[in-house]
Amino acid sequence: MTATAATALRTRHLLSIDDINEAEIALVLDTAVAMKEVGARSIKKVPALRGRTVVNLFFEPSTRTRLSFELAEKRLSADTMGMTTAGSSVVKGETLIDTAKTLEAMSPDMIVVRHASSGAAHLLSRVCRSSIINAGDGTHEHPTQALLDAFTIRERKGRLAGLRVAIVGDLLHSRVLRSNALLLTKMGASVVACGPATLIPLGLDRLGVTSTTSMDEACEGADVVMMLRVQHERMHGLFLPSVREYFTLFGLNAERLKRAKTDAIVMHPGPMNRGVEIASDVADGSQSVILDQVANGVAVRMAVLYLLAGESKENE
Amino acid sequence: MKVLLKNGRVIDPAAGRDGQFDVLIEHGRIAKIGKSLAADGARVVEVPAGFIVAPGLIDMHVHLREPGQEHKETIETGSRSAVTGGFTAVACMPNTLPVNDQAGITQFILKRAAEVNLARVYPIGAVSIGSNGEQLTEIGDLRAAGCVAITDDGKPVNTALLMRRALEYASMFKMPVIEHCEDPSLKADGCAHEGPVAAMLGLKGIPAVAESIMAERDISLAEMTGGHVHIAHMSVRQSLRAVRDGKSRGVNVTCEVAPHHFTLTDEAIKGYDTNTKMNPPLREEADRAALIEGLRDGSIDVIATDHAPHHADEKALEFDRAPFGIVGLETAIPLCVAKLIQPGIIGWPRLIELLSAAPARILNVPGGTIVEGGPADITIIAPDAPVTIRAAELVSKSKNTPFDGWTLTGAAAATIVGGRTVFVNRSVTGADRFEERA
Amino acid sequence: MPVVMDADRVAKSLTRIAHEIIEHNRGIDDIRLVGIRTRGVPIARRLAAALKDITGADVPTGALDITLYRDDLMRQSVGPQPVVRSTEIPFDLEGKHVLLVDDVLYTGRTIRAALDALIDFGRPKTIQLVVLVDRGHRELPIRADYVGKNVPTSLRESVQVHLAEIDGRDEVEVQS
Repeated sequence: MTATAATALRTRHLLSIDDINEAEIALVLDTAVAMKEVGARSIKKVPALRGRTVVNLFFEPSTRTRLSFELAEKRLSADTMGMTTAGSSVVKGETLIDTAKTLEAMSPDMIVVRHASSGAAHLLSRVCRSSIINAGDGTHEHPTQALLDAFTIRERKGRLAGLRVAIVGDLLHSRVLRSNALLLTKMGASVVACGPATLIPLGLDRLGVTSTTSMDEACEGADVVMMLRVQHERMHGLFLPSVREYFTLFGLNAERLKRAKTDAIVMHPGPMNRGVEIASDVADGSQSVILDQVANGVAVRMAVLYLLAGESKENE
Repeated sequence: MKVLLKNGRVIDPAAGRDGQFDVLIEHGRIAKIGKSLAADGARVVEVPAGFIVAPGLIDMHVHLREPGQEHKETIETGSRSAVTGGFTAVACMPNTLPVNDQAGITQFILKRAAEVNLARVYPIGAVSIGSNGEQLTEIGDLRAAGCVAITDDGKPVNTALLMRRALEYASMFKMPVIEHCEDPSLKADGCAHEGPVAAMLGLKGIPAVAESIMAERDISLAEMTGGHVHIAHMSVRQSLRAVRDGKSRGVNVTCEVAPHHFTLTDEAIKGYDTNTKMNPPLREEADRAALIEGLRDGSIDVIATDHAPHHADEKALEFDRAPFGIVGLETAIPLCVAKLIQPGIIGWPRLIELLSAAPARILNVPGGTIVEGGPADITIIAPDAPVTIRAAELVSKSKNTPFDGWTLTGAAAATIVGGRTVFVNRSVTGADRFEERA
Repeated sequence: MPVVMDADRVAKSLTRIAHEIIEHNRGIDDIRLVGIRTRGVPIARRLAAALKDITGADVPTGALDITLYRDDLMRQSVGPQPVVRSTEIPFDLEGKHVLLVDDVLYTGRTIRAALDALIDFGRPKTIQLVVLVDRGHRELPIRADYVGKNVPTSLRESVQVHLAEIDGRDEVEVQS
């Protein structure tokens, strides 16, 4: 554990949870507490990033993450530009680097990037002057999602250390799993990852988590049950035989949730597939914090944007 | 023109020679080898102490990219890169545009190579037309035109049946079938070794068995047909096991490994540098260690670079979208010194066997030994010369190497092809005496 | 290091200011106290206690963090971002007399930021400024309505306010 509290981030970019240590994670979460209060005011806007420009570069369709970042940027008074390309430049044959450099010619301070390729944010961080925030790169990481999940857990449980967190679903293709596993284990929680054997990556233990194919075992004694989205395209064919069998084996229903602690919370990064990975009565039930996650996402992203806007120590 | 190389350490494993000898070169051939040979009108070059006089190195797995992808490499730039790396000969893969699947293309390659007149170039023909895995090429015609082996490299020979026929047919011409071992369904759109590192990085994996399953298939087919299968760029311990098993049963199987596979592991892909992306991918430490052991104990026959040039623009992409491959001709010697010689895994005679004698034998081409009457293809190696690899300074048209900035030792001091000095390394002290003077 | 206020002097000043507040606002019905983090917050709480001693009534008291309004944030950054702490104003400011409380009044930039922040919470009837020490050197047209002590200083000097709640003792000193 780091003895002294962090007062700044050492990194210019947020590409991975690997970029930040426990003290820096705590700083982001503490800053997000203040940012959440801003969202409760009658005028939900502060001038902290007035005159700064943030580009939201989304190469994958994403509604909630893009809107969450946009709102966070606006609440901090940044100027924002969005580019959502289900392929606008890509279709024209422009490379990611060329697209980024074109946008950089307009002198943004930060670029928030969502891309289907793992490592895309790393690539941009090597060629761009701006701070790069990874808003999801392929099946690699989604660091702000993990931060908002941690914020939500801490808000409900008062702590992260010592908690037992079950993460259930398509582990192989989930960037949410990777970021959460890194963050939660860093902060002293224990993570059990659960999914069908076809969707467990080789070497998952290297992430510091234990894995199981038994949903009952994963839920047993859990403080948090975090369900992952299962993409429809994985549902038929070589990964999984059918939706029906998936829900039977890995779906979260009220009966299974009883194995978790009585005060356990249920999380989902969205968008949910009701009746596929989670039963509606659980998703809408008293233990669900799924909508809190959405609300907290704005505050946590404000914190990340604010903290990365400073001059980083690594440049000194 | 006569040249007498005096007092060099001549290492010629094929001839069982390792010691101080003089080598007299005349009319492009080795005229004499012995102690204290008389100059007899020859230009005398005193070989600097510590330098090795080796039979010319042969890289049996090179992509010269011409015809069709001259923005990556040409026969000229690739040949220059070869002699700079100490290779007097290269065998070039047929996955050009168009594919080298007919004599006309083979002849074009040989014509260009003759015009360039640096390294010897041995074309390798395709197994199937267009390397499409359906119809056999005219292998006899390819052989007649100058091909030394066949392969569908870049992908595996499509079906077991086609492999069977290729092995049977090529055996008529004593040609090996070189196989890029990979089960396409297991490889799918993978781009990194399937294991913890790829899992952490969120990269789709290529499992080790994608290679070994195909190696096992091909070794079984070689056993059945009596044909010669040569496993290209072998990267995993499971394949090595299959090769060892095959050899112990007397199967006509040989194999090669690339320097990057015994130098790096998948740890190197952290950071998503596309210059660490190649196929087969960088594997895990247990595989790297197994390859080193295979080089030591003799189960691996050849070191070949799988020199795969790509333009910088093609590599400046997302990791999963960038092409596979790195350049290798100019980094082979120092990597072999660093990973095999310096740690005492093997000695120089064994290394020269791997880089010269064995590929000559497998491809059934001249060279690979320094014998009287044989071609004067000689690589002068400065084993202790300090080198710093600089991607920007590579002679190859492409600069896609993961070894940029590495400081190593060992370099080609001079490269002699057919008695002609085609390369002198100006950054190696003492190499200038190999310079031909008018 | 010259001590310009000791614990007794601090206490007496706050009691005097409490009386001035009541007198000036003709009671405390619509008074709200907002302390500026960090040391304005305990001072505001002490004033609330003093007002209760005098009137018997509770005055709602909040805490304001002005970091997100700092005018040096909006230029190209030259260092790491200052740490943001939470603002807690759990009451409505609309139509109220808001007493903004800080420890030292110096350039006036903190107060400028605080005024901007307060306006975002509603539209107070008045905003009045309470400071324990006014050390001069204003860079903006801002003045305090209630001052514990005017301490003339040079620009080279700094004023350190120590409060029992944070620092274990009450004391104001000038360092050069």
